[in-house]
Order: sequence, then structure tokens, then C-alpha cells
Amino acid sequence: MSIDLKTIKHISKLSRISVDEKKAEKLAGDLNSIFNFIEKLNELKTDNIEPLTSVAETTLKLRSDEVKSKNLRDQVIKNSPKENEDYFVVPKVIE
Amino acid sequence: MSDITKQSLSELVENIKGKKLSSSEVTKAFVERSEKSKELNAYITEDYANALNKAKKFDEKPNLDLKLPGIPMAVKDLFCTRDLRTTAGSKILNNFVPTYESTVTQNIWNEGAILMGKLNCDEFAMGSSNETSFFGNVQNPIDKNLVPGGSSGGSSSAVAAQLTPITIGTDTGGSIRQPASFTGTVGLKPTYGSCSRYGIVAFASSLDQAGPMAQNVKDCALLQEVISTYDEKDSTSIDFKRNEYSKELTKDIKGKKIGIPKEYRVDGMPKEIEDLWKKGIEYAEDCGAEIIDISLPHTNYALPTYYIVAPAEASSNLARYDGVKYGFRAEGENLIDMYEKTRSEGFGAEVQRRIMIGTYVLSSGYYDAYYLKAQKVRKLIKNDFDDAFKKVDAILTPSTPSSAFKIGEKTNDPVSMYLNDIFTVPVNLAGLPGISIPAGHDAKGYPLGLQIIGKAFDEQNILNIAYAMEEKINFKNNITDWWIK
Repeated sequence: MSIDLKTIKHISKLSRISVDEKKAEKLAGDLNSIFNFIEKLNELKTDNIEPLTSVAETTLKLRSDEVKSKNLRDQVIKNSPKENEDYFVVPKVIE
Repeated sequence: MSDITKQSLSELVENIKGKKLSSSEVTKAFVERSEKSKELNAYITEDYANALNKAKKFDEKPNLDLKLPGIPMAVKDLFCTRDLRTTAGSKILNNFVPTYESTVTQNIWNEGAILMGKLNCDEFAMGSSNETSFFGNVQNPIDKNLVPGGSSGGSSSAVAAQLTPITIGTDTGGSIRQPASFTGTVGLKPTYGSCSRYGIVAFASSLDQAGPMAQNVKDCALLQEVISTYDEKDSTSIDFKRNEYSKELTKDIKGKKIGIPKEYRVDGMPKEIEDLWKKGIEYAEDCGAEIIDISLPHTNYALPTYYIVAPAEASSNLARYDGVKYGFRAEGENLIDMYEKTRSEGFGAEVQRRIMIGTYVLSSGYYDAYYLKAQKVRKLIKNDFDDAFKKVDAILTPSTPSSAFKIGEKTNDPVSMYLNDIFTVPVNLAGLPGISIPAGHDAKGYPLGLQIIGKAFDEQNILNIAYAMEEKINFKNNITDWWIK
């Protein structure tokens, strides 16, 4: 399998990371060598194997649905790059 | 006492409890040594003035019943610390000041320790040499221009150079054990679910674990006892009976069955590593352990599995860095343009590479072929360990396939960098505890480590084996203070 520039552009769009031509070529090279390495998994037959999603063999604990922390507005907004009163500010979305 | 920074954590605790040393004296000594050691670049953020103030306050009303009374400590910059910048080694969090504290660090402060600063690491803990950090390389105190390992490279460098008596790191595929091995220090990756992940900048959530990095096994056991707690803020935290690891520590490991997995004799493994392993087996036998050959047949598939599972989880976790809520923002013509520029300028090359891999293996049409396949192989790897632990109490392997390498030596070849984690990654995939202890030197005089892997929740057992072997090995680190002018 080979990852071409068109695929890189597609992944970059999905990842929301802008990629120019030069970076795309470098990434294609890197990803191809990494995927060559990953292809080794195809040697294994895994048809009847249950996928492992979590090693923690525990069921989620239930807890009562109550508010434990409140008035966090200032804390939540504190690190935002741009805010206006109680809102995060982003470039205009709706004309 | 002029040699304060040469003392182990256990000695410092004893001396403070015995009123032979004050917290101020100890904190001042480590701050001074840290200030003289800027060339190592172990710190990202220093908080010395606050540390000295806190030490003074501690001394005014010392609580000597605590486990870490007035002990200064720097921690990996992946743990959120309230009101102190937390960067995860990334430009994208360069200006992030948490308004909350991670559970693991809170546990440490609750026992009386004092924060000195935040230690360098690979960006979002993605790396094996600390070279992906936005804040630059870290020097290994063992030799100039040598990597300290990664991702907890600032942590390993700081403990080995005695800039902090002890520290904590995080380990997703080897990020505590590999840097411990490269710097002649002790590093424990606990069982998944042992230490809370709350407030730790997430990399791959099904693999991430915090753990202690120390100068010796006893110190390591003491810190593990402090940081391992059940936490309802982490839904994968496990409520099991935790030992008092340092109190229950014993060198009596007579009759323990230790497995030697034949698949860890990988192609091209240097003879030095093979010899170290043989010596390790002899040490274990000297301690009264019984050596048993075992097989972990899917070992060779662990790294390819890891490089699907970890990037997949990372691509999802790192979707939160969008330039809106916190962190770095690049201006854009519209919202999407802002996201794309923010992430392109805010993340470094390795992080972008892993987000791309993760996005690809989770994307429509490829999910079954990659992600599902990897989860199935992960099951086979875990089954290998489950089978092995029917026959043995612990497993002994080398920690890494080589000693520390030079800065820049592996940066152009991601796959050769990834191979560093070949002996550590399977442990994360299976969620088991593993400890690396220094066990010898290579021909260049660089430290080499041995890894002891245990059953889930069996930290006490591997700490005991490490403790017994440590005495037989009698390792001495060769540190010349070359960076101090």
C-alpha cells in the first residue's frame, strides 16, 4: 500500500492541519515507512478474536447526578486566546 | 550539610523528620543546584521563589507525620499544576495556566512536598529522546550531547543530576522506563488504573499511566504509595486494595518464579544487552528466585499495534486544541482557516505526524483494516501475558535495546526511533506494571537497565524483586557534573 499526496491532503483536511506541498511530500514519505512497518499485522489471522478496547476490567461506577463544582465561568474563560465578557470569540461564522 | 543534594529521598525524609535538616535548607540546596544546571535544560518552568517561600512556611509549622515533609520536587510538565504554566512541551500550550490540579500532584502536595518547577518532556509525551519538545533538547547528565530518553527526559535528567530528590513521569509506551534506563535511575510504570489520569495532559488514554522516577527502589516505592489512589474523577481509575509499598518492601524473594521470554532476543540486539540480561538472570538466581523460560509469541507485533492504537487515541484527544478555548491561536480568514493554521503552527512535526496516522487509521474505509485489527492483536498480546503469568510471578527483560544515543542521531528516521520502545510497549498494551532498574554499563560507560514486569496490581512484588536485585547489582552512576562551570 502506498499513501499518495491526494490521501495526505485528505487526511490533513480531516485533521484540520494545513499542509503545503513540501510538507505533504515529507509526510507521505514518513507515513509510508511507518505503514510498511504496521503492515506486519496482516501476517496474523484474527477472525475470531475479540477486540480489546480497555485493559481495565471494570464496569463504570454509577454516581449520583449532582453538581459538585459551580461558578467556574471565570476559570473556564481564563485561558482563552480571545474572549468578550462571558463568550469565546471566533472568526465570523454566519454572514 | 554541604552534600544535601546527594542524599536520597528516604535520607532527606529521615533527616527532616529527625530535625537534622529543615525544609528550607533542603529546598535551597536543590534550587541552587538547579540554577547551576541550566545547561541540562531539564526545566521548562522554574518556580524557585515560591518553593523557597513554601519551605519557609513549612518550617514555621512543620507537620512531620507526612510522608514527604517539606521535600522539594520538580514534576514532568504534563501534569496540570494550579496557577503554574503547564505546556506538555508544546507551543500550543505555551501560555496555558491551569485553574485546577492533577490528582497525582495533589496527592504529592497533600503529603507535604513542595513544587520547584516543571520538567521538560517530548511534545505531548510523543518521543523517545526529548527532542520533540518545543522547549529544546535536554542533556543527559551522563555525557554531553547524549539524549536523556523520552518522553520523560527532563524528569530522568533532573533525577540523575540530583536537581530534584525524586520526580514523576508518565508512561504510554515506555516514557518512564526508557529514560530511567538511559540515565541510570529507577522508573516504575504502574498498572493501568493505579494512578489517576485526572489533570494529566492526555496522549493515548487507554495506555497513559503516571509513575515515580527515583534514585533507588525504596524511594520509588515511597512515592508510588503516595500517588496511587482511587479517584472518581478518572473513570478508568481502579478501586483495588493498595499496599503500603515502602513499608512492605522486602528483599526476600526466595522461590519467586521469574520468566525469561525467548521472543525478547530480538534480531540485531547488541551483545552488551544480551550480556546484561544474562547477568540479570544470575542476580535474580542469587536472590533465590527460580528462573523459568517462557514464551510471549506475539511480542513482535506489539510495536505495530502500538503505532495504530496510540496515534488513533492521540488524534482524538488532540482534537481539543482548536485555538478557541485555551492555548495558542493563529489568526485565520475564517473559522476553519483559523483551526488549520493554529494546529499547523502550534503542533510540532512528530505530533502532526501522529495525528495524521491516527486520523487515517480511524477514517472511513480504513477503520476495520487498521484500528479494529490492532485491537484484536492487542488482545492476543494480553493473552500471551495472561498465559505466562499462570507459570511465573514476574518477567525479566532488558529495558531498552541499546544505551542512550547522541542528540540528532535518530531524528530523521521515525521507525528507528520507535524501535527504542520494543521491550516497554507490550507492557502498556497489556496494562501491566513494569519497573526499570539500572543494572550495568556498556563499553562507553553509559547505563543500561533491566525491566521487571508484574501481574496487574502486583506492584509490591516487582518492587520487592527490584529491591533485592538492586542490592546484588550495586550500580553506581558515573556523573561528573560536566555541565557545572
